[in-house]
Amino acid sequence: MNWASWSDFWNMGGYGLYVWGSYGVTAAAVLIEVILLKRAAAETRRELKRMQQWTASLQGEES
Amino acid sequence: MNLYTFASPAHFYTLAGRLIPWFAWGAGLFTLWGLYIGFFQAPTDFQQGEAYRIIFIHVPAAWMSMFIYLVMAFWGAIGLAFNTRLSFMMARALAPTGAMFTFIALWSGAFWGKPMWGAWWVWDARLTSELILLFLYVGIIALWAAIDDIRRGDRAGSLLTLIGAINVPIIYFSVKWWNTLHQGSSINLMKAPSMAKTMLLGMLVLAIAAWLYTIAVALVRVRRIILERERQSEWVKAILAKES
Repeated sequence: MNWASWSDFWNMGGYGLYVWGSYGVTAAAVLIEVILLKRAAAETRRELKRMQQWTASLQGEES
Repeated sequence: MNLYTFASPAHFYTLAGRLIPWFAWGAGLFTLWGLYIGFFQAPTDFQQGEAYRIIFIHVPAAWMSMFIYLVMAFWGAIGLAFNTRLSFMMARALAPTGAMFTFIALWSGAFWGKPMWGAWWVWDARLTSELILLFLYVGIIALWAAIDDIRRGDRAGSLLTLIGAINVPIIYFSVKWWNTLHQGSSINLMKAPSMAKTMLLGMLVLAIAAWLYTIAVALVRVRRIILERERQSEWVKAILAKES
């Protein structure tokens, strides 16, 4: 085991800022990508469904 | 049913939908395993102390930044040569994730360079060529976004990707060709690795996690692109009707 305690773990032998600065930003970047992607996918579906219903309603008026 | 069935966007859409959870869960599990090795099994480095643990994200991210670019260039070349619709969509789906990994490689590199070299950034050949890679990704994404005509956009973006591919070997060999502050490759296929086995294992496990993650997000993105481009087709209408 490398770490005697939690504070030892967070301290990273004095390099805490650099190690956690790297891992933290990596985690944030991945999280942001996943959230943006989910939002965009949902938005596309909503948009396409709206267009579909609109076309369907136009066809309904014609007949 | 043959291999070409999945080259059709309609079939690929369904196949990708089934594959995504596997890749996503795989990425999660490999990440946890890799981080466990990286923080709890790999020993402290005798030269760099704990700071070296940045390697477990820096190296996989740097590898991904180059691999994803090459895969994009591959799909772009296939698309340009055979005019296959799905190839261009794959290229577009990969670009944002490639840019993200390039950013992470640069960022974690800066956070590693500061304690070890005393500088966040130096204009060394490795760092500069990796920064150019980030600009290439951003440029390609911007080009795609700027051209409304899908076919023309696909072609222009893929052409730029192919031209920019020359930068990838420059990044890779920069540490050999020039006298760089950046160290040489950590792993060389020609000789036995110079690092402890657990360190190597942690890096490889996280590299696999990064691959699985990339495939998962690229598939989610490509499904969205397929839906948008095929919105007039009957199968998309049927899928949307089934969901609502």
